Amino acid sequence: METLLTDWAEQIRAAGATGRKLRLSGGGSKDFYGNALAGEVFDTRGYAGILDYEPTELVVTARCGTPLAALEKTLAEQGQFLAFEPPHFGAATLGGAVAAGLSGPRRAAVGSLRDFVLGIKIIDGEGRILSFGGQVMKNVAGYDVSRLLAGSLGTLGLIAEVSLKVLPLPVAEASLRFELPEDKALEAMNRWAGQPLPISATCWQGNVLTLRLSGAAAAVSSARQTLGGEELTETEAQAFWLGLREQTADFFADSEPGDPLWRLSLPSVAGHVELPGRQLMEWGGSLRWWRTGAEAGQVRAVAEKLGGTASLFRGGDKSEGVFHPLAPVNLAIQRRLKQAFDPKGVFNPGRMYSGL
Amino acid sequence: MRQHSAEQDQDFSSVNRAALLAALRPLLPVANLLHEAEDLKPYECDGLSAYRELPLAVALAETEEQAAAVLAVCHKLGVPVVARGAGTGLSGGALPHAHGVVLSLAKMKRIVHLDPVARLAVVQPGVRNLAISEAAAPFGLYYAPDPSSQIACTIGGNVAENSGGVHCLKYGLTVHNVLRVRGLTMAGEAVEFGNHALDAPGYDLLALMIGSEGLLAVVTEVTVKLTPKPQTAQVIMASFDDVMKAGEAVAAVIAAGIIPAGLEMMDKPATAAVEPFVNAGYNLEAEAILLCESDGTPEEVAEEIGRMTAVLEGCGATEIRVSSNEAERLRFWAGRKAAFPAAGRISADYYCMDGTIPRKCLGEMLTAITAMEKKYGLRCINVFHAGDGNLHPLILYDANVPGELERTEAFGAEILKLSVDLGGTITGEHGVGFEKINSMCDQFESEELKAFHRVKAAFDPAGLLNPGKAVPSLHRCAEYGRMHVHGGHLKFPDIERF
Repeated sequence: METLLTDWAEQIRAAGATGRKLRLSGGGSKDFYGNALAGEVFDTRGYAGILDYEPTELVVTARCGTPLAALEKTLAEQGQFLAFEPPHFGAATLGGAVAAGLSGPRRAAVGSLRDFVLGIKIIDGEGRILSFGGQVMKNVAGYDVSRLLAGSLGTLGLIAEVSLKVLPLPVAEASLRFELPEDKALEAMNRWAGQPLPISATCWQGNVLTLRLSGAAAAVSSARQTLGGEELTETEAQAFWLGLREQTADFFADSEPGDPLWRLSLPSVAGHVELPGRQLMEWGGSLRWWRTGAEAGQVRAVAEKLGGTASLFRGGDKSEGVFHPLAPVNLAIQRRLKQAFDPKGVFNPGRMYSGL
Repeated sequence: MRQHSAEQDQDFSSVNRAALLAALRPLLPVANLLHEAEDLKPYECDGLSAYRELPLAVALAETEEQAAAVLAVCHKLGVPVVARGAGTGLSGGALPHAHGVVLSLAKMKRIVHLDPVARLAVVQPGVRNLAISEAAAPFGLYYAPDPSSQIACTIGGNVAENSGGVHCLKYGLTVHNVLRVRGLTMAGEAVEFGNHALDAPGYDLLALMIGSEGLLAVVTEVTVKLTPKPQTAQVIMASFDDVMKAGEAVAAVIAAGIIPAGLEMMDKPATAAVEPFVNAGYNLEAEAILLCESDGTPEEVAEEIGRMTAVLEGCGATEIRVSSNEAERLRFWAGRKAAFPAAGRISADYYCMDGTIPRKCLGEMLTAITAMEKKYGLRCINVFHAGDGNLHPLILYDANVPGELERTEAFGAEILKLSVDLGGTITGEHGVGFEKINSMCDQFESEELKAFHRVKAAFDPAGLLNPGKAVPSLHRCAEYGRMHVHGGHLKFPDIERF
């Protein structure tokens, strides 16, 4: 399998030499995400399998083509999991999940995908096989290129192998539901987040706030007493959080014509978002999904005014670029980073920003 | 303009001191520009005093505008700049450049804004780590990363080093607790990485900035995340008659599905050194002790302490003591936190290492260090962030004895080499700085080092921010490789040699 990487490196060099563009692709489950797809498909699923997993080290190292579901199954057998709950959106691979950098409902409580990345092996746009970081929790030797690659949408290099920190599954969980209007829900989520409560996920939609508690049995049970609310059955709770993580819940799935899905990343204390359409909040108020037909400029202006950013997540018109525009000084640095790893622009042209 | 290069260290000997001082003078109050030898002396080293150098000048910025102006002038004149906070770093990261300027941010020490509802604080780079937690305490919040130097070290330095602490196994490092960094490029241009939401579009430059040791940009403001203070905490002090057993107990705790709030190990020489100093009540008969902390609600802590006690007993602990009150808990920790000053008390000098290894290799590393003590004729006391596999062996030496510093450096380099060979890293939290720059040649191949240099050039094309630190030039590695050929395998074969 090791020769596969050197073969790929050769193919990438050849593509660079002849000006061909490659579209790195795993399971294709996130093809909808980012700007329009471009380049010849370069399938990364052939390089698959777990390379190293010792539960007592809390680290797993696996190849890019490893199906995310298979990886999670192996971890679950040892009572561990990927705590950032990456969405699959289909037949996801590990490499694709890291390239997309997306995290699920537990993000506000435990951190994002990039927080769990410990090391990475990539093939850059010149066909160089490079390793950064490692398999240990603390490592400050060299720049943190591993975390730079997380969420880079395959524009800097082909992510060949990744080492991730894993965590033990929570001993106990419980989900509670409250009838609350938006302002009261925001107030409650921020207040509770400032207290030592084991809240592991929140979701507000249609005047219902649902929250999940995770941790030691004693902590979950005492928080349940403190918070009150109506408790979901285990089956209901699992279905609810999975529907949120995978965006199969009605809010995301029942597409109304002309209503694309926007992702607004805002300070948790930001107030009401003034937009037409429907809203679902996650991450204690930091993530606000909007189904809205509003103009891109209007959505972005509203997000900026509240101290955040807005990206077009699904559907809509991608021609102006789906991601929130960058400040000129940031864009200049990012363009030079692209040059540093993929000077010939072989990988995923324009998938993130024009010129990256 | 000069260009940053991966091949060679740049030569800055042509910097004109008089022209530099003339250009800096109008930018700062008179008292904030130091250039006489006796004024420069306090800045000649950081916490690693084995390396000293006088800069041409020290500029003490009080505002971001002043810092930007100093950078712009240095950029124009091609003068290297070393940013500095409290100077507590342990790797010579703030060691001045002989032809450069030290830009001190220590006067920028205002907490700009603390929002208990949003659970964040906006602070200037010179704010001390502990001062943030003190300001947040009335709201039941604190800033989680707690390096042992937290009473003195500044948040700007923490960002530069990605500092950890004894609680980072559960609460993360600086990179996990910072939402936003505002800074200045070498050209003096303001730039922001991250924001007050949980993510920002584009490449994750915030992650790249944290731990970049002052080579990419100068930090002028930081937004940190504040964490609710756990209701209560208790610590177990477990004694072992064998260091290998203690190492195995660390793995067993993790294997039981427990993430302790802190999991630290000290060997017998370490407890012997600190006990007379702080009277922590350590078992001085034990070959190693573990400190194993649980925090949370009272019910949660009781449950976890019970589970951890069972695991530790199962691993052959000879004595288990659980802190019965907050004073006792702090006393147990006081010994661990006083390890460095205690080393200073029993030895003229000491040299602190910072390798990280997979937890399962703790016993192997300790055995190897014991052999190295004999080989180099030097004593070493060991304190570990065992839960993270982060080692802090303290090599005791006397700089006034000819040859001891050299033997100490060789001892340290061998520990770092072994850390890399065991699948770990040369530095877990102290940074490469100047100290470990040669060991970087052990950890990385030339293609990775070239990639690091290209990353640097993306932020600082002229290569003026903290040159000669953190990432070695290929020339330096070739020279180092000539001294240390690894098993006949020449590691940097493509570099011209003198």
